[in-house]
Amino acid sequence: MQLELRGITKRFPGVTANDNVNLTLKTGEVLCLIGENGAGKSTLMNVLYGMYKPDEGKIVLDGESVVFTSPADAIAAGIGMVHQHFMLVPVFTVAENVVLGVEPTGQFGSLDIDKAREMVREVSDRYNLNLDPDAIIEDLPVGVQQRVEIVKVLLRDAKVVVFDEPTAVLTPKEILEFFEIVKTLIAAGRGVVFITHKLKEALNVADRIAVLRRGQVVGEVDPKTASESQIAEMMVGRPVRLIVDKKPHAPGEVVLEVKDLSVVDADGRTMVDHVSFNVRAGEVVGIAGVQGNGQTELVDALTGLRNSTRGSVALDRQDITSASPRVRHAKGIAHIPEDRQRQGLVGGLSVAENLVLTRYHDEEFSNGIIMDWPAAHRAAENLIAEYDVRTPSPDVEASTLSGGNQQKVIVARELSRPLRLSIAAQPTRGVDVGSIEYIHSRIIKERDAGTAVLIVSTELDEVMALSDRLLVMYGGKIVADLDPKVTSAMDVGLYMAGSRPASTVNA
Amino acid sequence: MKIVVTLRKIAERIARTSSFRLTLLAVLSAMVVGAFIIIFSDINKLQNGDILGAIKTVGSAYWALVVGSFGSLRAISATINSATPLILCGVSVAVAFKAGLFNIGATGQMLAGGMAALWVGFAMDGPGFVQVPLAVLAGALGGAAYGAIPGILKARTGAHEVITTIMLNNMAGFLVLWLLKTNLYQREDRTDPISKLVTAPGHLPRLFGFMNDRPDLVAHAGFVVALLAVIVYSWFLNRSTTGFEFRAFGMNADAAQYAGMHTKRLTVMAMMFAGAFAGLAGSAEVLGTYGYASQNFAGNIGYDAIAIALLGRSTPLGTLFAALLFGALQAGGRQMQANTDVPIDLIVMLRALIVMFIAAPLLIKAIWRIKVEPTSLGQAFRGQGS
Repeated sequence: MQLELRGITKRFPGVTANDNVNLTLKTGEVLCLIGENGAGKSTLMNVLYGMYKPDEGKIVLDGESVVFTSPADAIAAGIGMVHQHFMLVPVFTVAENVVLGVEPTGQFGSLDIDKAREMVREVSDRYNLNLDPDAIIEDLPVGVQQRVEIVKVLLRDAKVVVFDEPTAVLTPKEILEFFEIVKTLIAAGRGVVFITHKLKEALNVADRIAVLRRGQVVGEVDPKTASESQIAEMMVGRPVRLIVDKKPHAPGEVVLEVKDLSVVDADGRTMVDHVSFNVRAGEVVGIAGVQGNGQTELVDALTGLRNSTRGSVALDRQDITSASPRVRHAKGIAHIPEDRQRQGLVGGLSVAENLVLTRYHDEEFSNGIIMDWPAAHRAAENLIAEYDVRTPSPDVEASTLSGGNQQKVIVARELSRPLRLSIAAQPTRGVDVGSIEYIHSRIIKERDAGTAVLIVSTELDEVMALSDRLLVMYGGKIVADLDPKVTSAMDVGLYMAGSRPASTVNA
Repeated sequence: MKIVVTLRKIAERIARTSSFRLTLLAVLSAMVVGAFIIIFSDINKLQNGDILGAIKTVGSAYWALVVGSFGSLRAISATINSATPLILCGVSVAVAFKAGLFNIGATGQMLAGGMAALWVGFAMDGPGFVQVPLAVLAGALGGAAYGAIPGILKARTGAHEVITTIMLNNMAGFLVLWLLKTNLYQREDRTDPISKLVTAPGHLPRLFGFMNDRPDLVAHAGFVVALLAVIVYSWFLNRSTTGFEFRAFGMNADAAQYAGMHTKRLTVMAMMFAGAFAGLAGSAEVLGTYGYASQNFAGNIGYDAIAIALLGRSTPLGTLFAALLFGALQAGGRQMQANTDVPIDLIVMLRALIVMFIAAPLLIKAIWRIKVEPTSLGQAFRGQGS
C-alpha cells in the first residue's frame, strides 16, 4: 500500500498549521515525522486520520484519490493511529478494551469474551507483544498499555500505523522495547509513521525522516547520513548547540543537606528510603533514574509539598524539614516542577499573572492586600523579553503558549530572583530543541552565580550533560554517586536499572 | 430566504466574537422555543385553525413581558425589586465558583443572614443611619458564619460542599421555623411562625421614596447594596491579592498549592465570602421587601442564583445582567399572566431553557448553523507534544 498526501493545507483562524505538505507513506518502512511543538505534525496526522478536513490538497491511496470524513474512513482504508494519550477504559481487561467497538458476539448478541481473549493472544504472539488478555488496564505500566493500543490498531487491520509521540510517556527501557515492536511491525510488512521531536529516536528507528517547520516540510533526510545537529538546524531554522557549554565548577559551602530522609506516598508505600546527600553552592547535582523510583516524592519533600516520615532537610544549616512551600520560597528556593500543566502554571490565567504566581505577595507586586498589577505587568514584560518567551502579549492565557514557551515562563519566574537553591524536575520534558538549549544555559548561568542546583531528570543525556555530580536513584534509594565526566552513559543506565556495572570504580 | 442567510451571517459573527454573544443567542433560542410552547398550549385556537391568532398570543405575551419589566416606572421598580436578591445571591455563587467551589447553599446563607439582620431590625429603634447599616452588616456576618461551616468541613475533612450546603439549606429552613416560634422572634400576638416587624427606622429606604404619591414603587435601597456588592466583587477579583489567589486556586488547585497558597484557608474564605453576599440578600429581603420574616422568605432565590452565575459566567457584570434578566422575567411574567392567558409558569420554563442552552453551546451553534472549529483547536496549534 502506498499513501500520498498531496499539497495538504490546513488553516485555522490566524494560523496556517499545514502549508502545502507533500508526503508519501509506504508499508514496510518507518517514516519519521520530526518537528518542534507547533510545527504542524499532529494537525497533519489528524488530517490523515479523518479528524480534520484539509482546506486544500488531497489524499491519494494506491493511485486513487480518497476523502476521509471521519476516523472510521481512515481505519477502513488501513490507517491506524496510536494517540499519545491512550484511549483505554481503565477498569476493563486488555481483551475487553481491544474488542471495544468490534466485539465478537455469540448467541443472542452476547459478548464472546473467549474469542476476544483468543484474538488478543494471537496478535500478541505474532508480534511478540507479551500481553495477558485478562489483565486490568489500570494495573498495567504505561508501556504495556501502549502495546494494548497497538493490538487494537492491528486487529482493525491497519496497514500503516501512526504513532503520535509514542515515547513521551515511556521509560528508557520501555522505549527500547517499543523500538523492537516497531521493527517487528515492519518485518510483518506494515508501515509505521513515527511522530516525534526527539532527534536521537528519529535517527535510531527511521528509514526516512521528514522535517516539519511552521507547517511546511522543509526537507527529507536519510538517517544513515544525517547528523543530529543537521536535523536540529532544519527543525529550528538556525544552528543549535546540542551540547551544554559550561566551565569547570567551583563548589562552595554546603547549601542543601538532606539527612536520612524517608517519604511515603498516599498508599503508605515507602517511596524515598533513607536518602542522604548534599548540594553545594555553585554546583549542579543531578539525580538520574527511571520514572517512579522516588524522584517525584523526593522533590515534593524538598519543596514542602509533602511531609517526610523521617530524616531532615536543612538549607544553609537551618532546619526546614517541616517548613511550608511559602517559607522555603522566601528562603530562596526555586522550584521548577516536573509537570508544568498540573503544577507549574495556571493555564486559564494570563502569562503576566503566571509570571507572578509564586511572587504576587512580594512587596514588589502588592502591599499584602491590593495587587500592583502595573508593576507585575512591567516585570512580566521584562521577563518575557529577557527569557525570550514567544507570546503575542503578556495578557494572553498561558495555556495558549507552546510547551517550550510555557516552560520558559516557569523558568523565568523561578530563576529571576536571588536564589540559594534551585530545584528543577524534568526541566525540558516536552520542550522543543531551541528552548532546551536556552533553559540549559540558564541553569548553568544560575550555577555560575553561586546557586546550588538540583536537577532531577529521566533523560539520561540531560543529567549527564548538566551535572557536576550525578546521583542515581533506584527503588527509593540513592544507589550511586558518580562523576559524569568519567562515567559512561552505559554504566549510569545499569545503575538506573538496579544493577551494578562490572567495572565498578567509584560506587 | 435572504433574511435567513443574513441572520445566519450575523449569528456567525456573533458567536465567533465572544461567549457573551453566545449567551444572547441562548436567550433568543429560549424565546423561540417558548413561543412554540405558547402556541401549542393554546389548544382552542389551534383546533379552530387560528394559527394567526396563536401567533398573536405569542406577540402579546412577549410584549407584556417587556412592558411589565421595563415599560413603566412601576415596572422598572418591580424588576429592580425582583433582581436585588438575585444579584446578591448570584454574586455569592459566582465568588465560590471562581475559587472552584459549588455553593448550592445560598438559600441557607440567605436565611441565616436574614435572621441576623432581622434581629437588629426589630431589636433596635433608630436612628436609621446607624440601625440600617448595622442590620445589613449583621446580615452579611450571619451569612458568612453559616457559609463558613461547609468551608471548614471541606478544608478539615474533605466533605464535598455540594452535599453539605444542600443539607445545611434544609437545616437552615427548620432552624428558621424554630426561631420564628421562639419568644425572641415570634410576633407577640401570633401563634403561627411569623416574626416581629422591623421598626420604622430600620427599613431599607425606598428608592422612589421622594415620590410621595407613588407608594406602589416598592424598590428599595437593597438594590444599591447589590450594585455595591457587584463593584466590591469586581474589585476583589481583579485587584486584591486574595482575589488572585481565588482565581488561581479555582482554576488549578495543584498549582495554587505549589505556589505556596494556603488552600485550606482559601476554601474557608471563599465559602465565607459567598455566605456574606447571600446574607446580604437575606437582609435586603427582610429589611427592604417584607419588613419581617415568614418561614420561607428565601424562596427559590438561592437556587435561581446558580443559574444566574452560570449564565453570567461568574463575571461581575455578567452576573449582574443575568440577575437583571431573571428579575425582569419575573416582573414581566406577572404582567403577562394578567394581560394574556399565558401562565407565569412559562417564565420558569424560559429560565430553564436559557440555562439548558447555555450549558450546551454546541447545540446553540448547531441550531444557528454556526460553523465551529473543533474544540481541540488550541491543542492542534501546539501539537500533541506540548
